[in-house]
Amino acid sequence: MSTAAHDHHGPEKGLLRWVKTTNHKDIGSLYMWFAFAMLLVGGAFAMGIRAELLQPGLQLMDPQFFNQLTTMHGLIMVFGAIMPAFVGLGNWLIPMMVGAPDMALPRMNNWSFWILPFAGTILLSTFFMEGGAPAFGWTFYAPLSTTFAPDSTDFFIFAVHLLGFSSIMGAINIIATVLNMRAPEMKLMDMPLFVWTWLITSFLLIGAMPVLAGAVTMMLTDRNFGTAFFDATGGGDPVMFQHIFWFFGHPEVYIMILPAFGVVSHIIPTFARKPLFGYSSMVYASASIAFLSYIVWAHHMFLTGMPVAGELYFMYATMLIAVPTGVKVFNWVATMWKGSMTFEAPMLWALSFVFLFTIGGFSGLMLGIAPADIQYHDTYFVVAHFHYVLVTGALWSIIAATFYWLPKWTGKMYNEKLAKIHFWWAMISVNVLFFPQHFLGLAGMPRRIPDYALQFADFNWISSIGAFAFGASFILLTYVVIDCVRNGTPAPARPWDSAKGLEWTLGSPAEYHSFNTPPSRAVILEESQHS
Amino acid sequence: MAEIEKRKITKRFWITLVSAPILMLLFAVFVMPPIYEVLCDITGFNGTTGKVDTEQQYDDVDDERLVEVSFFASTMPGFPVQFGPKVTSMDVVPGKFYTTSYIAKNNTDKEVVGQAIPSVAPSDAALHFKKLECFCFDRQVFKPREEVEMTLRFVIEPEMDENIQDVSLSYNFFKLDS
Repeated sequence: MSTAAHDHHGPEKGLLRWVKTTNHKDIGSLYMWFAFAMLLVGGAFAMGIRAELLQPGLQLMDPQFFNQLTTMHGLIMVFGAIMPAFVGLGNWLIPMMVGAPDMALPRMNNWSFWILPFAGTILLSTFFMEGGAPAFGWTFYAPLSTTFAPDSTDFFIFAVHLLGFSSIMGAINIIATVLNMRAPEMKLMDMPLFVWTWLITSFLLIGAMPVLAGAVTMMLTDRNFGTAFFDATGGGDPVMFQHIFWFFGHPEVYIMILPAFGVVSHIIPTFARKPLFGYSSMVYASASIAFLSYIVWAHHMFLTGMPVAGELYFMYATMLIAVPTGVKVFNWVATMWKGSMTFEAPMLWALSFVFLFTIGGFSGLMLGIAPADIQYHDTYFVVAHFHYVLVTGALWSIIAATFYWLPKWTGKMYNEKLAKIHFWWAMISVNVLFFPQHFLGLAGMPRRIPDYALQFADFNWISSIGAFAFGASFILLTYVVIDCVRNGTPAPARPWDSAKGLEWTLGSPAEYHSFNTPPSRAVILEESQHS
Repeated sequence: MAEIEKRKITKRFWITLVSAPILMLLFAVFVMPPIYEVLCDITGFNGTTGKVDTEQQYDDVDDERLVEVSFFASTMPGFPVQFGPKVTSMDVVPGKFYTTSYIAKNNTDKEVVGQAIPSVAPSDAALHFKKLECFCFDRQVFKPREEVEMTLRFVIEPEMDENIQDVSLSYNFFKLDS
């Protein structure tokens, strides 16, 4: 190490740098790579699931192992891939977007990342335990997860505790950063939408993750210490588990989509070469979605035998969410209206996000209709719905964000031609994969089954072929990203002509410590998303 | 390094940020379950049935009005007692008390202890389905190879919605340890 002044030192040398780092950019990269690794693991499970479903009958695995795969696929994708990827994006971008030198709590930031690999390892290690991994679905309904679960469930509970810990610390860190580290001249309504949506998401995390921790704690004591929260013999109620789970679970789905809304609100104005339409309505819409997400949970439970009044309330409250979501979609479309659009890779991902996420939103509205849900409940229609919002919604926005900010992160430009080939490959295959699942569900194919009636054979075959093609597309994605990091051509500080935001005023790659002096009011206004 | 003008991070802000998740956890474990129980009792949600202590007289009992009550029984997997209703259904007049019984037979050579959990559907009816006497109030001990008849005395309150003409009552037997 040189004798350079303390305030200008760069990263430490060697591998220990990554263990000890408190730098938001390092930790952001760690989060992103961890999420990517988990995406590949969860994707491998999905390949196993679709391989078994390629044809009717049991070919490759016994039903118990199939159930373990579906359970772990869901858990790994939700808690290991999507959520850490968004925390990674938040780490990388929020300090740069609010004109701060780093996150507010750098050491806690390090801790909240390094919990994750351990939690992931504990979760995955259950595959090698006696009785196998948890096989009760990612929703782990009692009593399947209490009375009838394998011993490895206690490891699953511990892993969920750790993951919850990590998320809550990440959320606290982001709230503290946004509220306290923001450039003094930046008002709340000057903040870019990615920062806004992440701030709102942080409040969702703080409200929802402890409830999940509470639910698994009650499971733990029911399993090992003789309590009966979810056991009817002791005066408990298994249906209460579903209430508590979905009180967490519904905000959770918005935790996974609100930052995506933020990402798309950055990319579309850049490539439409127009300011974002309706900045403040975007902020208020995000906040209303977050509020509504706490009061609609029982629409996941229409079949548990609810009073009609309850069904009506939860149905109408659910429909209400379509209003602020519609505002957002309208604003994105209005931003593009009469814009000078170009279609670089990030824009392609963002555009297809708007299109495909809206399909997922509409199937969600169908599911929210209480009488219709009697037919759709627990069928492949539900599977199609939440994959449209989580794969072509959340994951799409993460890939869009990766391409959009990759020049800023690495200082190099990715290969546009390969990125476009990858986009079309993924775009077509993902629809071949998930669209037929709507038909399967409407025809009555239940979810979470390794075998099915012959009438479902054709669509399952199509869906599986799409799945293999979509899975293979990630090989190309890996290549495009690594090729960019290694051989990309140097990127300018503002690689997209009309991109706005404080992060573009920094160099490419962004300096290890950014904004030692906070940006001035003039710069903040110049780079803001106001129209 | 240039001086960065920082917003002041107050102590109160920290306490709020850190205690919010902890309070939320405590809320989930210690407040949500009792609230849920109270809600079920008030609304009959989830088929929770009620209890009456005395054979009270109901006003305006309409002898012409009949409701069909169907009786169902099930046991949890691994519960070694045969269990079923003596009659599968009966027509009752809301406001009058009726007695029926369930029969259980222990098929093993060991003593079995169990608890029956009732559920009434539709849930609007559960509110007005009251039991004076029920084997589900207590744990049941089945001696080896014993067959027992367990009685149930109930009333449907006349306040129940006139549109409900069928009510089903089901019991699920759970095994208790020891």
